[in-house]
Amino acid sequence: MLVSIVVIDTGGANLASVVHAVHRLGAECSLTSRAERIRSGSRVILPGVGSAGTAMAALREAGLVEVIRSLTQPVLGICLGLQLLYERSEEGDTECLELIPGTVSKLEVPDRLRLPHMGWNQLHWTVPQDPLARGVDADDWYYFVHSFAAPTEHAIATCEHGRPFAAIVRKDNFSACQFHPEKSASAGTRILANFLESQP
Amino acid sequence: MVAVRIIPCLDVRDGRVVKGVRFRNHREMGNIVDLAARYRDEGADELVFYDITASPQKRSVDTEWIARVAKAIDIPFCVAGGIRDVTTARAVLHAGADKISVNSPALERPELIGELAAEFGSQCVVAGIDSIREGDQFRVRQYTGDPDNMVDPRRNTFEWVSEVQRLGAGEIVLNCMDSDGVRSGFDIDQLRRVRAICRVPLIASGGAGAPEHFLEVFRQADVDGALAATVFHSGLIAIPDLKAWLGKSGIVTRSKSPEAA
Repeated sequence: MLVSIVVIDTGGANLASVVHAVHRLGAECSLTSRAERIRSGSRVILPGVGSAGTAMAALREAGLVEVIRSLTQPVLGICLGLQLLYERSEEGDTECLELIPGTVSKLEVPDRLRLPHMGWNQLHWTVPQDPLARGVDADDWYYFVHSFAAPTEHAIATCEHGRPFAAIVRKDNFSACQFHPEKSASAGTRILANFLESQP
Repeated sequence: MVAVRIIPCLDVRDGRVVKGVRFRNHREMGNIVDLAARYRDEGADELVFYDITASPQKRSVDTEWIARVAKAIDIPFCVAGGIRDVTTARAVLHAGADKISVNSPALERPELIGELAAEFGSQCVVAGIDSIREGDQFRVRQYTGDPDNMVDPRRNTFEWVSEVQRLGAGEIVLNCMDSDGVRSGFDIDQLRRVRAICRVPLIASGGAGAPEHFLEVFRQADVDGALAATVFHSGLIAIPDLKAWLGKSGIVTRSKSPEAA
């Protein structure tokens, strides 16, 4: 497929799964926290599991905040990687990458719903012509695990758990999924493949 | 709306999948990766791998097969058995597991749950609870993987359910030992009582023998997922048929074949 997919090593725990998913699509992929390797990737994936504060501290310590902000190739955030693209997160009152306006906040759910939002859910595509939507079915299911979520402005697809939130966002070359495409069976593989095939 | 989860549980001993009845007489069920891939293709929503020898033998789980599973499947999976510190949990998660489940080691040292939640986030941390009926009480059991070394940690199930949530567990798997392996249905009474005090996702375990048992536990105990082993391993219940039937009965499942995309 395409060459030089780079997965940013944020020290999070689901990094192996993202790398395996890219490999299953037949693409080369490397896991790195080195700035020059990240800049030279034709596609960059920003994963992340854990808390916003820990992840931002890791990016700052590795000197990657400005590196990520200045990327011009297609970038895909996954889960916490989506939340980090926003201005700030209420989780630990953390300043994030400020690539997308808005604040990530905790989901508030009524008694009948559970937190974390954990399990398979469906999307509402608000921008169905987006390249990431190519070949998807409207009733496909995706695997979510999170307690914080981003507002629906800039969302190309939304999901709902207590309130509507951004399931997939796009701003310029930055896109991101709140769900885990690498853990969402064939539906998630479709999204990842669409990202790898996206044009710079 | 979140779909209920159908979760095959694969008991692992010495790198092979086994299944016993009431925790005894383990029989070999097959190769881990082959079974994992089969369940993924059949539409399982998640898998749990439980290393039944790790905790009683006081050794931690082997990460080699975890990495093989992570390479092979694209649905979430949880690993349980002998995870007693942050270092071991990190190795399991870095090998590709999505969640870690702690049971006996959390009873030895409850603060383990808080340490894991602080390091990896609550969404990674599952509290596995083995619960048994004692008169009109429900009590927790420890080291249930080895009947000869099983321990009564002197804890009430409902109190422990509340405590693991307070410590930061992001999900609870409640294994009702009285019904485990006997295929006569989930312990609805006990699960309803735990549901009433459980704000995080609750997974029912122990007792699945027929499709009706799944419908009953989702309708009556409002659990988020149901875990079973024998009925799936033996082929007695086929997951696509189960999910289609539950769907017709008004339960929201991820019903479309994962092969359809």
